[in-house]
Amino acid sequence: MSQAHPALREPWRSLHRQRQGASFGIWVFLASEVMFFAGALMVFGMLRLQHPAGFLAAARATDIWFGSVNTAVLLTSSLTMAVASQAAEAGLRRLALRCLGITALLGLAFLVVKGFEYRADILGGLVPGPTFRLEEPAAQLFFGFYWALTGVHAVHLTIGIVAVAGLAWRGWRGTLPLASPAFEVTALYWHLVDLVWVFLYPLLYLPGRSG
Amino acid sequence: MSEVAFDPTAPHGVHPPSYLTAGHTLRSWLTTTDHKRIAILYMLALTLFFFIGGIAAALIRLELFTPAGDLLTAEGYNRAFTLHGVIMVWFFLVPSIPVTLGNFLVPLMIGAEDMAFPRLNLLSWYIFMAAGLLAAFTILAGGVETGWTFYTPLATAFANGNVLAAAGAVFVAGFSSIATGVNLIATIHTQRAPGMTWFRLPLFVWGMYTVSIVIVLATPVLAMALLLIMAERGLGLPIFDPAHGGDPLLFQHLFWFYSHPAVYIMILPSFGVISELVTCFARRRIFGYEFMVYAMAWISIVGFLVWGHHMFVSGMSSYASLVFSFLSFVVAVPSAIKVFNWTFTFYRGEIGFAAPMLYAIGFIGLFTVGGLTGLFLASVPVDVHVTDTYFVVAHFHYIMVGGAVSAFYGGLHFWWPKITGRLYPEAWARFAAVLMFFGFAFTFTPMFLMGFLGMPRRYYSYPAEFQIWHVLASAGALLLAFAYLLPMAYLAWSLRWGRRAGDNPWQATGLEWSTTSPPPPHNFATMPRVAEGPYLYHPAETGPQHGQPEPEQKQGDHP
Amino acid sequence: MTALRQPGPASAGVLWRRTVPVWLVLLGLLGLTLALAYQPLGRLAGPVALGIAALKAMVVALWFMQLRRPDPLLRLAASVSLVWVAFLFALTLSDLLTRTAVQVRS
Ligand SMILES: [Cu+2]
Repeated sequence: MSQAHPALREPWRSLHRQRQGASFGIWVFLASEVMFFAGALMVFGMLRLQHPAGFLAAARATDIWFGSVNTAVLLTSSLTMAVASQAAEAGLRRLALRCLGITALLGLAFLVVKGFEYRADILGGLVPGPTFRLEEPAAQLFFGFYWALTGVHAVHLTIGIVAVAGLAWRGWRGTLPLASPAFEVTALYWHLVDLVWVFLYPLLYLPGRSG
Repeated sequence: MSEVAFDPTAPHGVHPPSYLTAGHTLRSWLTTTDHKRIAILYMLALTLFFFIGGIAAALIRLELFTPAGDLLTAEGYNRAFTLHGVIMVWFFLVPSIPVTLGNFLVPLMIGAEDMAFPRLNLLSWYIFMAAGLLAAFTILAGGVETGWTFYTPLATAFANGNVLAAAGAVFVAGFSSIATGVNLIATIHTQRAPGMTWFRLPLFVWGMYTVSIVIVLATPVLAMALLLIMAERGLGLPIFDPAHGGDPLLFQHLFWFYSHPAVYIMILPSFGVISELVTCFARRRIFGYEFMVYAMAWISIVGFLVWGHHMFVSGMSSYASLVFSFLSFVVAVPSAIKVFNWTFTFYRGEIGFAAPMLYAIGFIGLFTVGGLTGLFLASVPVDVHVTDTYFVVAHFHYIMVGGAVSAFYGGLHFWWPKITGRLYPEAWARFAAVLMFFGFAFTFTPMFLMGFLGMPRRYYSYPAEFQIWHVLASAGALLLAFAYLLPMAYLAWSLRWGRRAGDNPWQATGLEWSTTSPPPPHNFATMPRVAEGPYLYHPAETGPQHGQPEPEQKQGDHP
Repeated sequence: MTALRQPGPASAGVLWRRTVPVWLVLLGLLGLTLALAYQPLGRLAGPVALGIAALKAMVVALWFMQLRRPDPLLRLAASVSLVWVAFLFALTLSDLLTRTAVQVRS
């Protein structure tokens, strides 16, 4: 072991192993996250099997433009996040910080679009309850999941934005060495939040468009 | 016959400062990242929750002393058993061994300085305490009456209690569990000392590894189930509501996808503890080490495929019942393998009856009864007869209390000298261990009988013909309570007045015994190197040879 | 502060050239799934849309999340949850699909 690297923490013996261990740890956590969303998607999927007509009608009532634009925004944020993580690993400080900033902004943009969409949904009578607009009973069920799933996803994204902004801030201040595993760990989390949306999009927005 | 090639220059006799003396301020404890100190913090918190859950149990047993509902109201009784279930499951049993003994011992056993992510380890404790505060708030605000199962539509539409706070507490506690699970998996993968290969790991470490896999993959599903319940109750979203076409059985599927594996979350660590105790006090290598490992791995996977046996009378498809019933029998096989292997480990052993061994023997007996009655419940016709009766209550208490709590106490006694540097009073401990066994048997065996006779669970009054069984159970509970409190008294006493333990008071194998008691902050003076497998209590040639005739007068002959 | 793992020729240009094509593929798949949603695919619509989502997920996992790196441990951790998701769906389906059949007969 040569001179201890500033990013090296106890109990790791080398930065290389520390990075490997951190990646492994976050992947194990992501497995947990996959099961978390799988639980809700299982219930959603089973209900869709039981009420195909109601779910198609309800999905048609979502706003496909908001949904599609947001999908593109998140995919783009994954691009900048991937570049940021790899740039940090390669020691390209300016690129890493710039991409982190753009990633956080794209995440914010997603939330803003989502906010407008929520507003339209509320005004359009898509909140389950007495003011609900659609006739089919299962449509309320669909929108129960629409709000729950997009809400939980938004919470995850918010955590991601805070984490990415924190990384950018500490990297810019110089308190976090670029070799720290935090960059890759945060990136992996960000990509997973993106992946969740990749599946929510065809489940919530695409069905029932051709009928 | 040391299993480990030690650095002979490692200082002995001169004790380096231990982890206990590394800092004396409250701040040094609350900001520690030392896995051993975090284990102590967890131990204190768990003791508190064990008391709270125990008080709820005492209320239940007091109420059931007489057939009439006199001590508590019906509503109050519902709140008492819900409190007992929620606290004991999520705030005591699920975290118990992994966060205390696991946290303390895994780095020591694999020859590491600390857990892979020490700060995450501390964070998990704070998350746990936040969940505990939420649970305390639930209790103070009047409790909740849904039962620990939070079934919908009771929990979403009809319950009057603080369902949101209770479900929130369990939800938050889940994060703490997941953090511990991730940490243990990463630690065992990345922090093993040179030479500590996978098949040289002590079985306790294997228990921790397999349980962590179950924790990481099962807990999030419970979290989502509770979140959906909270969304339905708190935000009015129709999720499981039959009025809109929802399906409450889907909640049960989610809930039991976690809660059956949760039984393994409680029992896999116990398997690990018992394996350590049995080998040490039989002075024998474990019989069939590889099979013990495969059995735990098998349980941690197939244990996820059997959850439907909790739903046989729920209206689930009878074909699915058949599948789940068959799989439940399949998952019983590895548990049986483990019981056989512990028993074979005794064979031609030099058995000593120290207190930890008494706990281990009690565990094997009670776990076997609990496991076999589990097979009754896994077969559909019997289950239909005894569903929601005291037979079920007796069965799972045999596993979770007779099994997991016995193992926890056994492990606590066994590693107490390592944790504190002091010996506990052996005679008192043996008395407590025997008392726990009999107190347990008195409390829960009558429940099998009255359950089979038709006494339903979760009722605060009952027909007079069941009173004799209930009185027996309540009297047994008194013994059991005493058997739980007694060790707390003499263990606390030993902290100050107990004899000083050497590094290895049991002459046990394992890296944790090679360092000082209590261990120094970084665990080992020099990095351990491992050259041989675990449990080398005797040369391989003197192991049990089943092909040979039993040698006369050789019992216990120790080379 | 030099790169510790891949001290190769990682300049900004190389990074962009490595990742932008992946992003273009992802946007292409998004366009494809959006276009297909308006085609009369009938019962295939759901599976096709989810299949494209799975394809996108694979692209993100392999390139952005760097699972192309030959690290068996990471690949194992990344794929093990999929097996458990299959457990959850398959056994719940074993109830749901056969439950309806029984009700129809009675
Ligand atoms: Cu079960």
